[in-house]
Amino acid sequence: MNYHKFDVVIVGAGGAGLMSAMQLAHNSSIAVISKLYPTRSHTGAAQGGVAAALGNLEEDSWKWHMFDTVKGGDYLVDQDAAEILAREAIDAVYDLEHWGLPFNRTPDGKIDQRRFGEGPVRRSCYAADRTGHMILQTMFQQSVKNQVNFFNEYMMLDLLINDGQACGVVALCLRDGTLHVFHAKAIVLATGGYGRAWRITSNALACTGDGMAVAYRRGIPLEDMEMFQFHPTGLYKVGILLSEAARGEGAYLLNSEGERFCVRYAPTLEELAPRDMVSRFIYDEIREGRGIDGKDYVYLSVAHLGKEKIDAKLPDITDFARNYLGVEPYYEPVPIQPTAHYAMGGVPTNVEGQVVVDERNTVLPGLYAAGEVACVSVHGANRLGTNSLVDLIVFGRRAGKHIAAKWLPEAEFAPLPADAEAFAREQVESLLSNGKKKETQDALRQELRDEMMEKAGVVRDATILTDMRNKIAELKQRFREIRLMDTSRTFNTELMEVIELGNLIECAEATVAGALAREESRGGHYRADFPARDDVNFLRHTLAYHTDRPGEPELRYKPVVLGTFEPKERKY
Amino acid sequence: MPVESHPRSVQLRVKRYQPDTRDKAYWQEFQVQAEGNDRLVDVLNKIKWEQDGTLTFRRSCVHGVCGSDAMRVNGRNRLACKLLVQDLGARISVEPMLGFPVIRDLVVDMDPFFDKYEKVKPYLINDEPEPRTERLQSPEQRERYDDTTKCILCGACTGSCPSVWANPEWVGPASIVNAHRFIFDSRDRGGAERLQILGDRTGVWRCRTIFNCSEACPRGIHVTDAIEEVKRAIMYGSTDSA
Repeated sequence: MNYHKFDVVIVGAGGAGLMSAMQLAHNSSIAVISKLYPTRSHTGAAQGGVAAALGNLEEDSWKWHMFDTVKGGDYLVDQDAAEILAREAIDAVYDLEHWGLPFNRTPDGKIDQRRFGEGPVRRSCYAADRTGHMILQTMFQQSVKNQVNFFNEYMMLDLLINDGQACGVVALCLRDGTLHVFHAKAIVLATGGYGRAWRITSNALACTGDGMAVAYRRGIPLEDMEMFQFHPTGLYKVGILLSEAARGEGAYLLNSEGERFCVRYAPTLEELAPRDMVSRFIYDEIREGRGIDGKDYVYLSVAHLGKEKIDAKLPDITDFARNYLGVEPYYEPVPIQPTAHYAMGGVPTNVEGQVVVDERNTVLPGLYAAGEVACVSVHGANRLGTNSLVDLIVFGRRAGKHIAAKWLPEAEFAPLPADAEAFAREQVESLLSNGKKKETQDALRQELRDEMMEKAGVVRDATILTDMRNKIAELKQRFREIRLMDTSRTFNTELMEVIELGNLIECAEATVAGALAREESRGGHYRADFPARDDVNFLRHTLAYHTDRPGEPELRYKPVVLGTFEPKERKY
Repeated sequence: MPVESHPRSVQLRVKRYQPDTRDKAYWQEFQVQAEGNDRLVDVLNKIKWEQDGTLTFRRSCVHGVCGSDAMRVNGRNRLACKLLVQDLGARISVEPMLGFPVIRDLVVDMDPFFDKYEKVKPYLINDEPEPRTERLQSPEQRERYDDTTKCILCGACTGSCPSVWANPEWVGPASIVNAHRFIFDSRDRGGAERLQILGDRTGVWRCRTIFNCSEACPRGIHVTDAIEEVKRAIMYGSTDSA
């Protein structure tokens, strides 16, 4: 057995994982495990900005940021967490600046801020349209400075829990196919989201819900998985994101009649209405025959902003249109459609980043989660633009600080369970032994992604969700029959992809079950058969627990933390 | 508008290395149907998923920001996700980047690359007490190092550099880009330290101004210019005249 022992093991090297690492590198032994080289993490793809009520350009307050977050999340947000998010965003952004993050600047040298979705205030701190890239690079630079131990291209396969305490993870070293057991007092899951479960997605191929699936199989519930955000402006067919920064700078959305249709639906915020709403506006326009050429896309137009502004503020996203669609945004509108973008749900945690496992918020000692893998819940039913980066830095930071200050001083290493790598070994060996299997991973992946798009997408109802639930049960059976073409132990990326597919199916299972049971429409979850929000029955969080019945997790519910803002109808 | 696709047949020649079964690298031809807007990485995925699951390469974001899929395409280092197949001609050759140890097929060992990156202290150095809010920096000061902040550490520049091929110990263009990013940042105080590191025999002077790196950079960074600016800073002992 390849055995490693650290005080803390962080799984995932994106913004949340590295932010946790920064709090721990000075005072404990830590390892960061990542299935990619750290700078390949999907945090680097975030474009628009990171919200913080610095008030550098106009009056702002963390309370307004908190309110926008709660309202944007259609009141499914836990308000204690939203308060922390909005308050601590300010210091977290200053931390990043002190570590060298190259924010754009105001004429007097302060961090520049611009408008983004869902709020009238200039609150988004940004570095051109590559803010996530700069955050990831800055965090990685600081990790180098602090000599963090990285295990690059190690993929987590299992989470070890013993005596009621998380005590380690098992990972596959891609390079030589060996299994490694990491024994630790604390584990931080920072593995990101699972947008690859849908056909059209902005997410990297690596975004396969690994942390969620691994935890779910070990009896940890997944919270509010039915709340998945479709970003309105993905490049047609490829799904690559064109950030709200474009609309923040004044871009229009146009239908086949050349009409700015958002003005009709959301007279105040227009194109900057929340993402879930704009995605549905587009869906409705297309359904009513006002998609371009009768097809399933509309236009995003920036041409009226002028070359100079486009080059200064939106260089990367206009390059995407040129590179991938051959469209010149200086003169031509860009074809776009909603794209699966962000998991509001995930592994439930409290505001310290500790994973909680039931409706009474009982803590599982030693296990933490932060970033997209986690559900604190600050995003509720719909995440506000620029709040994903805020979530990473605020709760990555809090998880790390809690481990350093509260957990490590009192924690002991829990003993590893007997034959710690057994479950991981069984997964790998059964996948690598082909026997008479005849399914292909390609077929299963395509079926999952195509059908999730049709049946668990922007608009849902009981019929299609039931179909999808049955499909998932079928895919779970067929998954065992997948035949690998590559049975090598050396850098076997086919093996990795099949394990990822298995993880996606688990995440999809929890998503669909939660969506079928939630007979209302709220935020990113829209039920054509229940078009109204129902606070009496559904102002509550879903917890989905893995069972032996494929497609049918056990569902429980826990209350939403209210307090400051009473739920109201969301109008923009 | 060029959104609709027209499938066409593409011939792909891939340099394979399968250490489990063969000692030496070899070329293999694949025939594949490509849609009009397919990227090279889409075509590689099609081969992997439909024809040969042993074809091994790295990829993640598939839109040119993560830097996983740098490889040598028709003799030049490129990101496979930033190339449309329709722009590559009827015959495409794909091989791992030069100057890196090959692990399997198109996957190269990036550890030596990151080790060299770490040598130039690629992080902000400033021990002065932090202000309660942000350090001030004018838009002009911010603009001064903008170009080199774009680096995604894909290795395309370093793997295209004849000086690196000749001497794998050399620090290489990507490391110098990342040193430049801090040397010219008004908030940084580590410039002299880095200029000393880059002034020694494994430093900037091995650059022969061949410009391969600038051509290879998928982010459009003017890599050779950045190296020249660092050379001038070393010569004049100051970042002002660079």
